[in-house]
Amino acid sequence: MYSIHENDPGTPIRISTKRVVVTVDGTTVNVPEGTSVMRAASLAGVNVPKLCATDQLEAFGSCRLCLVEIEGRRGYPASCTTLVEPGMKIRTQSPELAKLRRGVMELYISDHPLDCLTCAANGNCELQEMAGKVGLREVRYGYDGENHLNADKDTSNPYFSFDPSKCIVCSRCVRACEETQGTFALTVLGRGFDSKVAPGTTSFLESECVSCGACVQACPTATLMEKSLEDGGQPDHVVATTCAYCGVGCSFRAEMKGSEVVRMVPDKQGGANHGHSCVKGRFAWGYATHPDRITTPMIRASIDDPWREVSWDEAFAHTASELRRIQSKYGDGAIGAITSSRCTNEETYLVQKLVRAVFRNNNVDTCARVCHSPTGYGLKATLGESAGTQNFDSVDHADVMIVIGANPTDAHPVFASRMKKRLREGAQLIVVDPRRIDLVRQPHIQAAYHLQLRPGTNVAVINALAHVVVNEGLLNEPFVRARCEGEAFEKWRAFIAGEENSPETLEAVTGVPAAHVRAAARLYAKAGNGAIYYGLGVTEHSQGSTMVIGIANLAMACGHIGRPGVGVNPLRGQNNVQGSCDMGSFPHELPGYRHVSDPAVRALFEREWGVRVQPEPGLRIPNMFDAALDDSFKGLYVQGEDIAQSDPDTENVLAALRSMECVIVQDLFITETAKYAHVFLPGASFLEKDGTFTNAERRINRVRKVKPPLAGLADWEVTARLAAAMGVPMPYTHPSEIMDEIARLTPTFTGVSYEKLDRLGSIQWPCNDQAPEGTPVMHMQQFVRGKGKFAVTRYVPTTERANREFPLLLTTGRILTQYNVGAQTRRTANMIWHDEDVLEIHPHDAEQRGIREGERVEIRSRIGATVMRALLTERVQPGVVYTTFHHPESGANVVTTENSDWATNCPEYKVTAVQVRKSDSRSQWQREFDAVAVEQAGLLPRHGSDTAE
Amino acid sequence: MKIEKLVMMANAIAAFFEAEPDREIAIDGVSSHLRRFWDPRMRRQLVESVDAGQCEGLNALVRAALSERREQIWPSATASG
Ligand code: SF4
Ligand code: SF4
Ligand code: SF4
Ligand code: FES
Repeated sequence: MYSIHENDPGTPIRISTKRVVVTVDGTTVNVPEGTSVMRAASLAGVNVPKLCATDQLEAFGSCRLCLVEIEGRRGYPASCTTLVEPGMKIRTQSPELAKLRRGVMELYISDHPLDCLTCAANGNCELQEMAGKVGLREVRYGYDGENHLNADKDTSNPYFSFDPSKCIVCSRCVRACEETQGTFALTVLGRGFDSKVAPGTTSFLESECVSCGACVQACPTATLMEKSLEDGGQPDHVVATTCAYCGVGCSFRAEMKGSEVVRMVPDKQGGANHGHSCVKGRFAWGYATHPDRITTPMIRASIDDPWREVSWDEAFAHTASELRRIQSKYGDGAIGAITSSRCTNEETYLVQKLVRAVFRNNNVDTCARVCHSPTGYGLKATLGESAGTQNFDSVDHADVMIVIGANPTDAHPVFASRMKKRLREGAQLIVVDPRRIDLVRQPHIQAAYHLQLRPGTNVAVINALAHVVVNEGLLNEPFVRARCEGEAFEKWRAFIAGEENSPETLEAVTGVPAAHVRAAARLYAKAGNGAIYYGLGVTEHSQGSTMVIGIANLAMACGHIGRPGVGVNPLRGQNNVQGSCDMGSFPHELPGYRHVSDPAVRALFEREWGVRVQPEPGLRIPNMFDAALDDSFKGLYVQGEDIAQSDPDTENVLAALRSMECVIVQDLFITETAKYAHVFLPGASFLEKDGTFTNAERRINRVRKVKPPLAGLADWEVTARLAAAMGVPMPYTHPSEIMDEIARLTPTFTGVSYEKLDRLGSIQWPCNDQAPEGTPVMHMQQFVRGKGKFAVTRYVPTTERANREFPLLLTTGRILTQYNVGAQTRRTANMIWHDEDVLEIHPHDAEQRGIREGERVEIRSRIGATVMRALLTERVQPGVVYTTFHHPESGANVVTTENSDWATNCPEYKVTAVQVRKSDSRSQWQREFDAVAVEQAGLLPRHGSDTAE
Repeated sequence: MKIEKLVMMANAIAAFFEAEPDREIAIDGVSSHLRRFWDPRMRRQLVESVDAGQCEGLNALVRAALSERREQIWPSATASG
């Protein structure tokens, strides 16, 4: 339930071209076919009393409070489960109905504690509201009969409690867990009076529950209740904003008391999430007020010196003079910046503008370099636009989904729930992943095929799938003829049809049975609608870009592109990966993916900015490190990224950072990178600033300030002030003006403005004269580049191979409760679920090495070694080990190598040859890490945080 | 920068374009990729190292691109690094 009232018409919206006209209490209303009587009544302005119904769930019809009379019908049908029929005359009020409803309420209340005044839901309880509405004045049964009033409260979940004494067994929670979340953690145990809701036979924390909060949201009473609401009391106002975690981009209502967040509730108007959420966005926002936040600017001459707190003015003056000093000594190209996918569009736009207009070079890159840069390259080359083709709602029309190198239930949980819903409705699933991700088998879901390939053989698998399509006559020839370049296609067809691409030939390489590949290819090609979803398991390889091209080839070959239900869908890791790329964060591209070598594009920006834009590409992140070690790159401004933890080959990154003369970190906390910085500029959390994020479906969502920045300045203001200190004023007064500038300069954003975003809620770019309200599905009539372009994708094995010294392949990923480098989620109660990274190893490999569950093991690659605990599991295949990188001391990236994607230098995180053996102490690197942590904590100002990580 | 790394990166680019049956198109692919994605200081170093005979193990397609499309990869007038 929302605390700040929002109308709940009781049952979900129905879409139909057929309309039905009915009258409710004399008012005529025209609704889509399939609408419930309850919803029709609500649209006519009459809210029928209800308890078990809510518009987020299918009607269930159990409470019998919503009875109505329908002319010509006997009895009193439940309005939530009765559908409208033409000409129906409905009465919602009569003496009989009032009596019946009071009788129902009486029964509920007789088994409910009467502690309304001290209940946390007081003022926001549907039971209370309904008792008032039906005019309940007495309870004839008394309160001393058999009841549940002494049932124990379950407070095991860190974020919400479960007080069964207040439960009315409406089963909204059970249905929310099934229908909305798809986890099936809750059940109704027992029958009749004895029935009760429970998370199986255990506590919430021990159960299958993934803490998404859907049940809490659905509960009409105080039974399931956020602890923050219990502690903080009911909110007084609400601000609509966007989650700052993953690329799903869920809309939230920040329920506020003054400038304190009481709770975050998913917004049912949200275009990406339609009222659902996951544990991160819903509950894990406490980091924003964590005592570790640094809220005063700090500077120091060397990374061995203590930090000195300074005013913003001094910080800007010092930083500006350092950067200009470096440029005059080493050249204009000796400094650069890294933008963050965790920051807003307006902030990343400003950082790249700072680099191009103030630093006078193109040395700007973004963390997408290490995740989805191959997506940008591969989709632009084939389809003409560096973005996913669909909206999330498209999945409702998919008949077959291929999920490649993505783990949606952990990394994109709200979208995973949508996928699971569609799969339960009968869509088929093919998973391509070295590891058995949860989606392979879930309650009521079973993948038709799990192609469990060896890490590093994606391109071989996609080629084999395409080979089957071509050689078994499954090509969509009319589509290819009409929509794609003929010559390029013929070249590709000749290549892919070759025996070297057959599933049988490639089986030895991929480890996937040829028969499975053939069957999967047929399933996808013959589907009415086939959709491909992919993640970092595709991009983070030496052939990442080739694989993205291969995916686009396959989709075009089968004609699965250009309408709802199909498409090529990159699932973006962080909240604003799409946006940070769109905003010109790459060293070769100005906003809107336009190459810096294009004089017409440069002229546009030069006119607006009044400076000359350099025509040559700048350094990418790994090139920056190399150039630093080569003494040609000496100053770096890092906004909201933690390259020292997230980038591969940590030792190399640290050496590069140490060799620079001015590293500026703008962040919430002393990150790993900040330990090597000379200037620390305090950042603002997503609650403290205005802006926009663009999610994986190109949806631009508003981020709204709910409280002032703790350090006094929002991040966009910091960049603008730094530019001014360097002699180039950027006099914006609000981020909306930055968006106006973006719209002026970027053809795909021409129609975007804050006013329109406020009006429409969100906009999917391209948004311009041709598509004034945005573009949910791209490439409908033709591809953005005109004709789709096939490209030959030869499989080239990575040089990183298992051998006698390093016989296992390490691959990396993420889990539900932690986010990226963990700087935010490690500072929340999410730690209860994942307080350290572990190494997943197959029991067979463990046994060979004498490793038992929970023991410490050393993971060593040719680059470095680290130590973590072992988790024995058959999720990974023999020969493959797996870990996450959420905790800096795990040092997962001490082990990963310098290998990278051929086109974009996206690191090959997903394949590292390693050896694993028992170990009883921390690795050399970890000991050094501990020492640096202690030393750097000692350099922080005394009164400030003394708990640097 | 370490020339071995630049060679490795250039070879990886060539490995993609080698699959292209038309040699001229393949050479164009390599040279325009270098031009469009590599910072000038990286291109300059590669060109100079090849000239100095230091690029052991450099793929033949990259060598061909460096000699046949040299002006495109390293236009003499654009040093900005
Ligand atoms: S929090 Fe989510 S997963 Fe857990 S029981 Fe509730 S609905 Fe189910
Ligand atoms: S916990 Fe809440 S939603 Fe679930 S059955 Fe009880 S009252 Fe209904
Ligand atoms: S799914 Fe992603 S965007 Fe949505 S609440 Fe979870 S972390 Fe936030
Ligand atoms: S609201 Fe209709 S039966 Fe409960």
